[in-house]
Amino acid sequence: MASSFSAAKITQPLPLNTTTTRSPDNPLFSSFKCSPPASSFLGSTHKLRIQRPTSAWSQTRSGTVVAVSDVVKEKKLKSNAPTANLLIGANAQLITKEEGLEVYEDMILGRAFEDMCAQMYYRGKMFGFVHLYNGQEAVSSGFIKLLKKEDSVVSTYRDHVHALSKGVPARAVMSELFGKATGCCRGQGGSMHMFSKEHNVLGGFAFIGEGIPVATGAAFTSKYKREVLKEGDCDHVTLAFFGDGTCNNGQFFECLNMAALWKLPIVFVVENNLWAIGMSHLRATSDPQIWKKGPAFGMPGVHVDGMDVLKVREVAKEAIGRARRGEGPTLVECETYRFRGHSLADPDELRDPAEKARYATRDPITSLKKYMIDSKLASEAELKAIEKKIDEVVEEAVEFADESPAPSRSQLLENVFADPKGFGIGPDGRYRCEDPKFTEGTAHV
Amino acid sequence: MASIFQAVGAAAALSSSNSFDSKKFYLSSRKSVSERKGSIFVVRSDGRMSSGRVDKLVTNAVATKADSAAASTASKPGHELLLFEALREGLEEEMDRDPRVCVMGEDVGHYGGSYKVTKGLAPKYGDLRVLDTPIAENSFTGMAIGAAMTGLRPIVEGMNMGFLLLAFNQISNNCGMLHYTSGGQFTIPVVIRGPGGVGRQLGAEHSQRLESYFQSIPGIQMVACSTPYNAKGLMKAAIRSENPVILFEHVLLYNLKERIPDEEYICNLEEAEMVRPGEHITILTYSRMRYHVMQAAKTLVNKGYDPEVIDIRSLKPFDLHTIGNSVKKTHRVLIVEECMRTGGIGASLTAAITENFHDYLDAPIVCLSSQDVPTPYAGTLEEFTIVQPAQIVTAVEQLCQQ
Repeated sequence: MASSFSAAKITQPLPLNTTTTRSPDNPLFSSFKCSPPASSFLGSTHKLRIQRPTSAWSQTRSGTVVAVSDVVKEKKLKSNAPTANLLIGANAQLITKEEGLEVYEDMILGRAFEDMCAQMYYRGKMFGFVHLYNGQEAVSSGFIKLLKKEDSVVSTYRDHVHALSKGVPARAVMSELFGKATGCCRGQGGSMHMFSKEHNVLGGFAFIGEGIPVATGAAFTSKYKREVLKEGDCDHVTLAFFGDGTCNNGQFFECLNMAALWKLPIVFVVENNLWAIGMSHLRATSDPQIWKKGPAFGMPGVHVDGMDVLKVREVAKEAIGRARRGEGPTLVECETYRFRGHSLADPDELRDPAEKARYATRDPITSLKKYMIDSKLASEAELKAIEKKIDEVVEEAVEFADESPAPSRSQLLENVFADPKGFGIGPDGRYRCEDPKFTEGTAHV
Repeated sequence: MASIFQAVGAAAALSSSNSFDSKKFYLSSRKSVSERKGSIFVVRSDGRMSSGRVDKLVTNAVATKADSAAASTASKPGHELLLFEALREGLEEEMDRDPRVCVMGEDVGHYGGSYKVTKGLAPKYGDLRVLDTPIAENSFTGMAIGAAMTGLRPIVEGMNMGFLLLAFNQISNNCGMLHYTSGGQFTIPVVIRGPGGVGRQLGAEHSQRLESYFQSIPGIQMVACSTPYNAKGLMKAAIRSENPVILFEHVLLYNLKERIPDEEYICNLEEAEMVRPGEHITILTYSRMRYHVMQAAKTLVNKGYDPEVIDIRSLKPFDLHTIGNSVKKTHRVLIVEECMRTGGIGASLTAAITENFHDYLDAPIVCLSSQDVPTPYAGTLEEFTIVQPAQIVTAVEQLCQQ
């Protein structure tokens, strides 16, 4: 597996240009194809844009998604199954019972937590922009559950579930959403700014793309620790999560370049859910195959079915392993779908109901459950028990958040500066932070 | 890039035609300084360390009183260097002291920095500690923040301060706010520094005065250096600070020469610097305008005025103690800055003085700023854009008549 991945041709920068990449005869693609050569995904997106982009795109997408990654392709050829669900059932060795149960529990937690967020939002317990992760759980669980505690995760505004997968307690995340002092950021961050130093969650970043450089910096630190500070055992990996919309932002390209240039231990994980709020990926992107931008920078680009946690996990294992071994970054495009609107404020009227329905049938949690039962890794009762346990965890998180105190006024000025001398010297010659009004939070700054 | 070389040339010309040797030190004591100073100590230029009741060290950039230049140079201890060398010396000392300190930016490594502030550091510390980045300001600034969050202490060089506008999101949202939004979990001990200000006909984009842009960002400190002595001391203080600090350097000041102590010293990030004590009027200034003010001060002294000149140095927060004491003494304030007039440092300073010391003022505060125009290329127009010494003389004369 390791060798198949690292030896793949795709690791070499390919002399791509528009003409060849779009040609159905291009060997790079013909070797991956499992859908008909007339695939509009591989061909002219121009035509699609003019006609019915959504439905045509979706059909294409579900057809091609299985085959693009080398890893997945090899598995597929061995299993010789034609559909998108081929890995499930065909590769019983992909996951152990313990791993399967852990991933299942994490996905259930992500789903149940987000559903509860929606309830609490509509009940007026939380405010602002709340972006839910429903439908994309296979990506978070598939990747983050493979990390060590010292590894870092950088997320976006859709960050609750990444934090949960990394081990931040549900109660701390819920409490943050309630704006309470017991939240993981003391109520100062909110839905889009989840941080946990203890768990190396380096943040939810609310603006598109800004988290990618920060993640690149964290990966730079790993390299620096190993090579400059001579901490030879430092093999920490950073995962940067972001969406399809971000892949048209300069910071994405700038950081792919720097990460590949310096062989940084980072994995760029694209959660391509097709929609940047109301902007279809196809309408925004000249070449919608994001994974192809990896090879352009000299790193592997992998395309994986983001609705299938086992496939995600396979790819993630290899990409994280590469990073940990010092072999450099990987770009992974996970094709996924969000089951809810962009945020809870989004009426979600634009997306085609047929498209939504089609993805609903590919629910990653249902698929994993079916796989676990079919391959006798777990009984229905065991999975039910997990669901029940998670329900309790989420209930408890809500209770905890509800009962927690709101931040007191004294918190207002506490974290503006790490060194409060930054507030400066007052007219009396003393540092202003020594004024009791600063600790009370009543000073005017 | 071509413009940068021009600027270096211009700076050299400037320093050779003016004596900026700042040899004169003025000592005054201040209450409660020791509480504020914490672990910071001050070494005077003659090498003696101050402790306990700490004396305030002041450099006069332009000799205006009788006892000045003659006694200074050769006989005194210390070493003479240019401002950019002082910055490099500070950087190097901190890199020696703490292996987590690293530099990143465009051409900081092999090329040695466009103004040579990092010259020789890459061969000494290696390419990773002195990292030449691709031209991607937003991303390498973000990278520095990510590195700082995970334990390093990066110094980001903007090849020109104006380029940092491309990194504004990272500086504002992440440098400034992330400590707060993370509930205090992550610190961002980053220094962002580079050459700014109006140079010699560098054109609008390379002649920016960005203090006004950055000053509203919460969680960030801003200092401006103006002499080799304070350049080194502020650089070291900024690197050691747990807060993100923007260090403003001026393109025309890199070749200023001064004798500085051989012993290690560090400046206080939050303190203003008394440049010339006086009785009649308080002139608040910083960075390059300090020298326009001191030029005007010569004329003013000849005309019988005794202006007090303070280099505020800390652009955010203001040292309200030093400023306040001066206002209480002179009752008149003139602010001279190179910043934009609208929403500039002078505007904020005016507000702060009015709020805190209004009762001590005998005349309205006068603020001389640059014009709110894109810095013109033509030398004549450029000169009209920034405050000239003659304007300062006139303003002081008018203020003192009130």
